[in-house]
Amino acid sequence: MRGIAKSMARTFAVFLRKPVTRDYPTYHKPIPERDRAFPLLLWDEDIHEPFCTGCHACERACPVECMTVLMKDNPNHKNLDGTSSRRKIIDKFWIDYARCMRCNICVEVCNFDAIAMNNTWEGHEISVYDRQDLVMDLPQLLSQSRTGNINEWVPVLGQTNETMSETDAEVSN
Amino acid sequence: MVEVLSQTSDQSAEFETQDLLLNVGPQHPSTHGVFRMVMTVDGEVVRDVIPYIGYLHRGAEKLCETMDFRQGIGFMDRTEYLAAFNAELSYVMAVEALADLEVPERAQWIRMILCELNRLSSHFMFLGAFGVDTGVFGTPFIYAWREREALIDLFEEVSGDRMMYAYFRPGGVAWDVPVNFVDRVREVLISATQGINDFDSLLSENEIFLARTQGVGSISATRAIALGMSGPSLRASGVDMDIRRDEPYLKYDQIDWDVITGEHGDVFDRYYCRVLEMRESIKIVKQCLEHLAPGPILPEKLPRMLRTPPGEVYLRTEAPRGEYGVYMVSKGGNRPYRCKVRSSCLSNLQALQELTIGEYVADAIVILGSIDIVLSEVDR
Repeated sequence: MRGIAKSMARTFAVFLRKPVTRDYPTYHKPIPERDRAFPLLLWDEDIHEPFCTGCHACERACPVECMTVLMKDNPNHKNLDGTSSRRKIIDKFWIDYARCMRCNICVEVCNFDAIAMNNTWEGHEISVYDRQDLVMDLPQLLSQSRTGNINEWVPVLGQTNETMSETDAEVSN
Repeated sequence: MVEVLSQTSDQSAEFETQDLLLNVGPQHPSTHGVFRMVMTVDGEVVRDVIPYIGYLHRGAEKLCETMDFRQGIGFMDRTEYLAAFNAELSYVMAVEALADLEVPERAQWIRMILCELNRLSSHFMFLGAFGVDTGVFGTPFIYAWREREALIDLFEEVSGDRMMYAYFRPGGVAWDVPVNFVDRVREVLISATQGINDFDSLLSENEIFLARTQGVGSISATRAIALGMSGPSLRASGVDMDIRRDEPYLKYDQIDWDVITGEHGDVFDRYYCRVLEMRESIKIVKQCLEHLAPGPILPEKLPRMLRTPPGEVYLRTEAPRGEYGVYMVSKGGNRPYRCKVRSSCLSNLQALQELTIGEYVADAIVILGSIDIVLSEVDR
């Protein structure tokens, strides 16, 4: 009987504690900056074009082959009286969110920091009725970055907290 | 048929009894995944049990052969989703042994902390699910979920994902832990200690729980070894064996902790071994935090695409459920020729038949729960 009484006492004690649950749809927990939802493309605000040059690095590195990349000559290149220094630019880009396993490899291999993992709630709350709707095309992939609704965190492999703060200091200087 | 019946009734018995074939699973909440048991029951007593596995087979080993070493990490996460850090660890350590990579100090301590915390979260999951198996509906499950949530929040802050971390890399860890990592771990450890105390006073001395678990599903030390069990399930039978102590990897030889062993090898011992092991894990993490010093987390000269010389290696680590080994053969190049996972759950599951036969049907579920299987690791 003593054991059962002890169990009941503990249950009662826990009952008096502050609850840890949250009402999810009304309350959105702040999520850490490293959070990885699905990958999306970043928008170069200065030149008004994507950072992505369509180099196929992410497409080749993707373990589940969820990406399709097509490249074209940049019509906005300097040789053509444009403003951009990118000779090639992304033409079409599809990411199949249904296939993606969010391993972060595409972000690591990108030479232009053009792709990032979505770390906002928009990246998590994707629900569709048709699986085809999870194949995102270029405008959809860029839209969140174009509206500035992303707190991008592009990890650099092997960067420690010390070197990270040094580079931050350099940038601010 | 009528004649046969009349014949037997003439001989001795008043009526004919027949063994019943009882199918449990594959879609059953008590089988902890897609696992099927076909039991032959005589009244309430199990006479025979045939386990069927393979419902969750995704060919992770074969997929690894087509992937380079970095891409394989993601698939290792999915072989053991409750302790993905431990699964990754075996894989990356096998790659490191093949490629002869030196891992920086800081990366090793970070790996150790995360693996022990992952052991905590995995054992919490076990305690919760096991409580439900024994019939304590709801309460321990929700307690476990509360504590596991705190741990998973920490993993999310470190690695960015809640279950499939993909955080370890051959040579170290992918990126550094957050600046407030040490404080956060200490916070989580306090809540985890509280959670273990909750479980201890809720279940460990409860007479109903003891009646359900003590003396059920016993296995002797010799049989447990013969069947290839490992981890807490083996130590509960009194075998003093822990890879962390016997073949220290990472920095376990610099840490002061005890290997927990049971006595009877019954369901209660398997449960209680895990509870005590969680307290040891907390002890280990606390010591690790003191050793954590600033430094590099990846080797300086790491090629963009890792290639290994030809060779083969078998590397085993102590995952929450036992020995998780990776046997890797390389014929040179950037991908393994063969990557075999030695699953602790599959080996522990071999004991199911021996443990269950002769017990009651209701206890069969408790016994299955006490082995603590993860079906994705069994089937891979």
